Amino acid sequence: MSVPAFAELLERLLFTPGRNGKVALIRQWFATQPDPDRGIGLAALAGELNFRTAKPALLRELIATRTDPVLFAMSYDYVGDLAETIALLWPEDARSNAPPPGLAEVVRTLDGAGRGEVPAIIAAWLDALDSGARLALIKLVTGGLRVGASARLAKVALAEWAGQEVGEIEEVWHGVRPPYLPLFAWLEGKGPRPDPAGQPIFRPLMLAHPLEAKDFEALHAPDWRAEWKWDGIRVQLTAGPGGRRLWSRSGEDISGSFPEIIAAMDFHAVADGELLVVRDGEVAPFADLQQRLNRKTVTAKMLKEFPAAVRLYDLLFEGEDDLRPLPFDARRARLEAWHERARPPLTSLSPLIGFGSMQELAAIRDGARAAAIEGLMLKRGDSPYTPGRVKGPWWKWKRDPLTLDCVLMYAQRGHGKRSSFYSDFTFGVWRGDELVPVGKAYSGYTDEELVWLDKWIRDHTTARFGPVREVERHLVLEVAFDAAQRSTRHKSGYALRFPRIARIRRDKPAAEADRVEAVEAIVAGSLAG
Amino acid sequence: MPPHPETWLRVTEAGLYCEPGGFFVDPTRPVDRAIITHGHSDHARPGHAHVLATPETLAIMRERMGEDRAGTTQQALGYGEALTVNGVRVWLRPAGHVLGSAQVCLEWQGSRAVVSGDYKRRHDPTCPPFEPERCDVFVTEATFALPVFRHPPAAQEIGRLLASLALFPDRTHVIGCYALGKAQRLIALLREAGWDAPIPIHGALQRLCTLYETLGVPLGPLVPATVATKDKLAGTIVLAPPSAIADRWARRLNDPVPCLASGWMRVRQRAKQGGVELPMVISDHADWPELLETCTEVEASEVWITHGREEALIHALGQQGIRGRALHLVGRGEEDAE
Repeated sequence: MSVPAFAELLERLLFTPGRNGKVALIRQWFATQPDPDRGIGLAALAGELNFRTAKPALLRELIATRTDPVLFAMSYDYVGDLAETIALLWPEDARSNAPPPGLAEVVRTLDGAGRGEVPAIIAAWLDALDSGARLALIKLVTGGLRVGASARLAKVALAEWAGQEVGEIEEVWHGVRPPYLPLFAWLEGKGPRPDPAGQPIFRPLMLAHPLEAKDFEALHAPDWRAEWKWDGIRVQLTAGPGGRRLWSRSGEDISGSFPEIIAAMDFHAVADGELLVVRDGEVAPFADLQQRLNRKTVTAKMLKEFPAAVRLYDLLFEGEDDLRPLPFDARRARLEAWHERARPPLTSLSPLIGFGSMQELAAIRDGARAAAIEGLMLKRGDSPYTPGRVKGPWWKWKRDPLTLDCVLMYAQRGHGKRSSFYSDFTFGVWRGDELVPVGKAYSGYTDEELVWLDKWIRDHTTARFGPVREVERHLVLEVAFDAAQRSTRHKSGYALRFPRIARIRRDKPAAEADRVEAVEAIVAGSLAG
Repeated sequence: MPPHPETWLRVTEAGLYCEPGGFFVDPTRPVDRAIITHGHSDHARPGHAHVLATPETLAIMRERMGEDRAGTTQQALGYGEALTVNGVRVWLRPAGHVLGSAQVCLEWQGSRAVVSGDYKRRHDPTCPPFEPERCDVFVTEATFALPVFRHPPAAQEIGRLLASLALFPDRTHVIGCYALGKAQRLIALLREAGWDAPIPIHGALQRLCTLYETLGVPLGPLVPATVATKDKLAGTIVLAPPSAIADRWARRLNDPVPCLASGWMRVRQRAKQGGVELPMVISDHADWPELLETCTEVEASEVWITHGREEALIHALGQQGIRGRALHLVGRGEEDAE
């Protein structure tokens, strides 16, 4: 029953907004599905399923042989999605009694089939399935599977189901392949831990907690090392005889998007650092790095316009030597010595910042205004590299956020638990007599403030567009954010980074809210800094 | 040769009018004489002088619009009973849509038309099944008249709901459904699937559920959802109007899974609107195969389509040698378009 069961899983994932709900659904998949289908399902969720897919045109030809063209056109026009139209329209008068195919069977059969055989094979499967399962099958065989879950979520669900740490799964993940039989055997206590030897594998990162005032007071300056907190993305560089990989913080392989970094990794080590766009030694704003993310192919133009580089701050392995148990100071010394010797191109060390007292460090943090710097990282000199978010040894100490007083313009209902609340807010600043949107925020407020905002919005609605309400231009919101940059996303010509609602300014008249010139000044100031 | 029904059954601004009989079927504005197919508000409107319908439909109309607005005089006609109005023979056949729903069968000088109202051919424990009546002109709805609409068996959808409840045993599963017909059918289907627990219902469903029970449709224990506390609603199946399931009313529920029971749930884009987490394809309207099968079964040479997606149905009927005609009746499909 595995394609129908997989179809039900996909359907529920698509409609379930909450993380916990999704995890529960995926866990149930691991618990109830047999091998090798559950592993094929895992691969599909994790985006690691590779097999010979069929072209959508083939499905179109198949449905044309079975339906009236006028009715097909009307249906496609109504439904809008080709795969869904075909799945819903596929005639059931020839419904066969053949058992529905298994997921592994689909993958295996298509990989082994001759080109001319594929249409008949797919048609026979469609005849054996109901509409929901037909849709899943069509998406699967055309490679158009969009799953409402990430690879990370699939691994979290796997870990919860097996009672393992997700870090443990990450450690072995890149040494196993679909349908992951040794992985499941190990997780069920029926086999040894899969050995990732030789394969480049992702080592779960050590993460920091945000530093709060009460934590700050307990810090003793000599115990601590400080680095800039760069506004890029955290990456792990793994290179050795088994290959080279660039991993994102969640263990996603992003090597394909950064071929120049991979080419530069002519070493045998595992390093931790920040991926940035750097021009002439200057770190560019995050928006530039965004141009490079999530790209399957990278053009020469992209490489030239948005040159990537890595600021390194930790060394996890040197050769086969696991440095993670060593204290930070010892790893830093190894990192500096190794970097001096290996000198890999496109890398530089993130400098340690000298300071005599915590007060001095606080002043350094307050003085940092460059857009590429979010604040400071504090790391205990004696801290080993511990995967996950352990509280105490590492802190991230972001500089105080910037703020603007903005006017609420539109509100949209949230999802899941917030589906009855107007919880997503679009706000603007003045340009002349006109309000222009500058951002959207859906966090920062307390539960009580959300209840108040929801009521205010319902009472002050001037127009509705589906789930969106336009409201009277009366309410001022103090919006906190990390940086401002030029952007075409909003009419103001600017976008804010991580905007959140800091306060509701019921006291402030809308006319006294900030103007677009204030945003301009922030952008100009951070570029200069 | 009997007269063609278009000579004695006409579309007027107030709806379908039987000229020799002097009465309307499901008129959209107050008239002197009206025959009503069923109690949904886009078919049964208030303010007519004389109303003829099944006893159940009359009771539903009185409940929904009050004694004084449900017709100055009300005349009940049971299924299969016939009477003659100014020479037009009138009788009612079950339509299988909701309790009391009827097809209005009319015969004038040997020429026969059946106005089916809304109907379905599926199992429904709350009302008698549709009975096909041979006729010259069959008047049909076309709400789901596209071949993409094929409703799965309702029991299968109830099974998906119960499977979800097994997976999320603490979450309230709240089903959005219309107060007349869908709500009671869902309750009856749940009972058939073995769900014996008391079913909390939104206040807007209470009166019609009580009326159904009075009219002999057992629904099992129902309790008001409104007064219960959150922990008491954990693990329950709650019924409410569609507008309530993702709005403020639903905040009283325990981490709810919003479900919606409707034929529209068949298409994802439709289902994705409105925050539904468990779309259930359960409809009280005929799906595409049922529409075609019914039009063929009644042997009509002509099919008139009141509202819905008439183009596709006219096209498909034409291929079978049946003439289709769109009536474009206004004001239909408002309530029970689902």
